[in-house]
Amino acid sequence: MENYEALVHQGFKGGRPDTGNAEVLAWLIRRNALEMSRISRGSHIGSVFSVAEIIAVLYTGILHVNPKDPKMPGRDRLILSKGHAGSAVYAALAETGFFPVEELKNHYANGSILSGHVSHKGIPGVEVSTGSLGHGLSIGAGMALGARMNGEDWRTWVVLGDGECDEGSVWEAALQAAHFGLDRLCAVVDYNHMQSLFTVEKTLRLEPFEDKWKDFGWNTESVDGHNVHALRAAFERAQANAGSGKPSIVLAHTVKGKGVSFMENNILWHYRTPQGEEYEAALKELEAHRP
Amino acid sequence: MRDAFVRALLGEMAKDERIILITGDLGFGVLQPVWDQFPDRIIDAGIAEQSMVGLAAGLASTGRIVLVYSIGNFPTLRPLEQIRNDCAYPGANVKIVCVGGGFVYGSLGMSHHATEDMAIMRALPGVTCFAPGDPAEAEAATRAVIRTEGTCYLRLGRGNEPRIHEYPVTDWYPPAPLTIRRGTDIVLMSTGGILTQAAEAARILEERGISAEVVSFPCFKPMDKDAVRRLTERFSLMVTVEEHNVTGGFGSAVCEITAELGNGCRIFRVGLKDRYTAVVGNQQYLREVYGMDAESIADRAEALIREKRADT
Repeated sequence: MENYEALVHQGFKGGRPDTGNAEVLAWLIRRNALEMSRISRGSHIGSVFSVAEIIAVLYTGILHVNPKDPKMPGRDRLILSKGHAGSAVYAALAETGFFPVEELKNHYANGSILSGHVSHKGIPGVEVSTGSLGHGLSIGAGMALGARMNGEDWRTWVVLGDGECDEGSVWEAALQAAHFGLDRLCAVVDYNHMQSLFTVEKTLRLEPFEDKWKDFGWNTESVDGHNVHALRAAFERAQANAGSGKPSIVLAHTVKGKGVSFMENNILWHYRTPQGEEYEAALKELEAHRP
Repeated sequence: MRDAFVRALLGEMAKDERIILITGDLGFGVLQPVWDQFPDRIIDAGIAEQSMVGLAAGLASTGRIVLVYSIGNFPTLRPLEQIRNDCAYPGANVKIVCVGGGFVYGSLGMSHHATEDMAIMRALPGVTCFAPGDPAEAEAATRAVIRTEGTCYLRLGRGNEPRIHEYPVTDWYPPAPLTIRRGTDIVLMSTGGILTQAAEAARILEERGISAEVVSFPCFKPMDKDAVRRLTERFSLMVTVEEHNVTGGFGSAVCEITAELGNGCRIFRVGLKDRYTAVVGNQQYLREVYGMDAESIADRAEALIREKRADT
């Protein structure tokens, strides 16, 4: 708790100006997630670290959202379909001013609004509750279809996990989104190549992954999911695909546990929470790379 | 009931442009009037029920009232988690419509027998559940699901059922049950298309000198507890009738209320006795095989009355 208080008092208040910088926001996501995981003893820190840049870039100029008016008509919608990385979205929302950063310390806590998997109830800026995999892309397709039927031009973004793409419902939605020509639907896969037990390759092979999406009728591209400039460029191209008659997907190649050497590519950190010496070591590594 | 549903739906769609119908690639012929009159407001989602319900939830979030149409267990059991997490939890305006409750698709086999759907759907918090008993109730229930805020389940029968209500059902405020026939000795409480059997059972009982009241429950969740309480005050013997498993369904819902009232009513649940159907046959044949036809209901009611008389 002391560390979290210290962090808050260092000036990590919601809405500070440099959260407009994706590298800063990605770092803040990891820094907050480390504290949240330590305090809550909640799992999935590896997934949060892999998706950090994706979420950070979305919340720094890609998503048309307003922290002062979370229900603003015409806002873009973001669905974190891999709901277990909810603390990445919670941290991004808090740091960009949707709710106080101090609230993050209550993640997982009794009576808190911040459940382990992302929930929309009581949290400004969260559109959809997720946690069971394979739901988000269908809901996103429905939102995109609804926007088009209403003659509105906002976009729907859905962030998926790679393991999540084992779910048949993802491919049902992939067919539907392409068939309905939902070109304001943009999906991003946090392609960290690891699942709950083993690698994606060992569990249920997705490759040739980009070809699959292409064959399903999507605009596709693959990028380095930790390079904020590459991500931003890819997301801007996805935005520019409005009018193409096809939904867009960005396969963001990432590393599970990115940012802390002993967590990287280690499935243990899908479950383990950093305590004691491990926490101190992780903190030291993150602080060494503070932007 | 299918046609009554479509008739009522068309009327509502003409009045409220928020209404959208999504079909899971079913409704050949039946939904044609919707395709003809509102081609921009009907969507075929393909044979992809899970994503269809997610799609409906997303659409509903943009201000639409979305009806999702399929048959048997396809719109409920297959996408159950999407109904729970994506519709019921946020209170999305999604209305799950099932054609073929019970044994409607009799000879097609157990995959097409919807015999656990009511128990499962009524277990979901926030889902208002309807099972109309005849075409008149189906029209009223269709209007009710569209006007009821949040996620609803509408369990229809088939086409061409006989009408039980002589006049259209108007001035109906769900979940109130509808009295079909007055009686004094025993009450037959029915939900869904098996109402024909309950009504016919009452007629058979009359020939045997027994006066049976018939009450239809087109809405089975929430249950009208006051109405059930009033029935328990007038009748000490009750028979619940459902074309559905007796475990967790309509009869269970009645028992939950009466048990809490604690006023000693005896209830017999007519329904499928916690089993799957493996017999081949049409709807009426299967009702007879599983003891849910009018004759069986009448026999059961008469036996209850005899047992009670023997006790006193």
